[in-house]
Amino acid sequence: MMPDLDRYAATVLGAYAVTMALLALLVGASWWRAVRVKRRLAAVEARQGRRDGTA
Amino acid sequence: MSLWRYANPAEFMRVSGPVLPVLWGLTAACLLCGLGWGFFLTPDDYQQGAAVKILFIHVPAALMAINAWLMMLVASLVWFVRRHHVSALAARAAAPVGATMTVIALLTGAIWGQPMWGTWWAWDPRLTAFFVLFLFYVGYIALWEAVDEPDKAADLTAFLCLVGSVFALLSRYAVFFWARGLHQGPSLSLDSRENVADAFYWPLLLSIAGFVLLFVSLVLVRTRTEVRLRRLRALQEAAARA
Repeated sequence: MMPDLDRYAATVLGAYAVTMALLALLVGASWWRAVRVKRRLAAVEARQGRRDGTA
Repeated sequence: MSLWRYANPAEFMRVSGPVLPVLWGLTAACLLCGLGWGFFLTPDDYQQGAAVKILFIHVPAALMAINAWLMMLVASLVWFVRRHHVSALAARAAAPVGATMTVIALLTGAIWGQPMWGTWWAWDPRLTAFFVLFLFYVGYIALWEAVDEPDKAADLTAFLCLVGSVFALLSRYAVFFWARGLHQGPSLSLDSRENVADAFYWPLLLSIAGFVLLFVSLVLVRTRTEVRLRRLRALQEAAARA
């Protein structure tokens, strides 16, 4: 149930929305880059036939 | 068994991989409980009304903004002294996370400050030190991107990190040794009389734990990516030479 934020509703919801958006962007960007780099490394290692445990 | 064995990239990858799902689970649990408790179940403050609920995001983000830089400082010192590449890459990986925490602290502080102080921004000692800390984060990230040679980039950014540590500490302690500005004193203290009210204390601690775990999880994910990128570049250079 939504708490009664009274005259601070825009202030509180705005602060939470900004925080959630920035955190989601940070987590999403980190995951996307991690997956992309992992795929690229796996492809290069497969092509060269080399692995050292970092892929 | 030495801690330094984790400085070996392969060992770091082997150990950090299985730890990550547990860390993400704990992060989600702490954030959901801390922020949910703080937002839905805490009472209004007698002075600030419902605006006090911003406490549960502003304080943890500000705390992590400072501590991320201090973690980068430790990693930079390890790089200077031991030349372990994983530590330099961990410092690089932490910078965007710390910068985001700083932006969150600055923005939520401005949003909170407007109804409480009647202004979005003031050149208050703590606010100013925090803004300078943000500029150091931007400079640190830009310097890593600007220098092509990885070891040289690690040296230069480690030095910048040492200089920026002054502002990281200033942003924490500015209220104590400068003339008091608009910003209040610390919300958490070993002295129970200075602490926030009991109703806010535990959800705040849970939120802080959630932000700390989120930081650790993100730094691990990003460091693993940096280690892989480093190997990818090495393989590509070896292939180009062959």
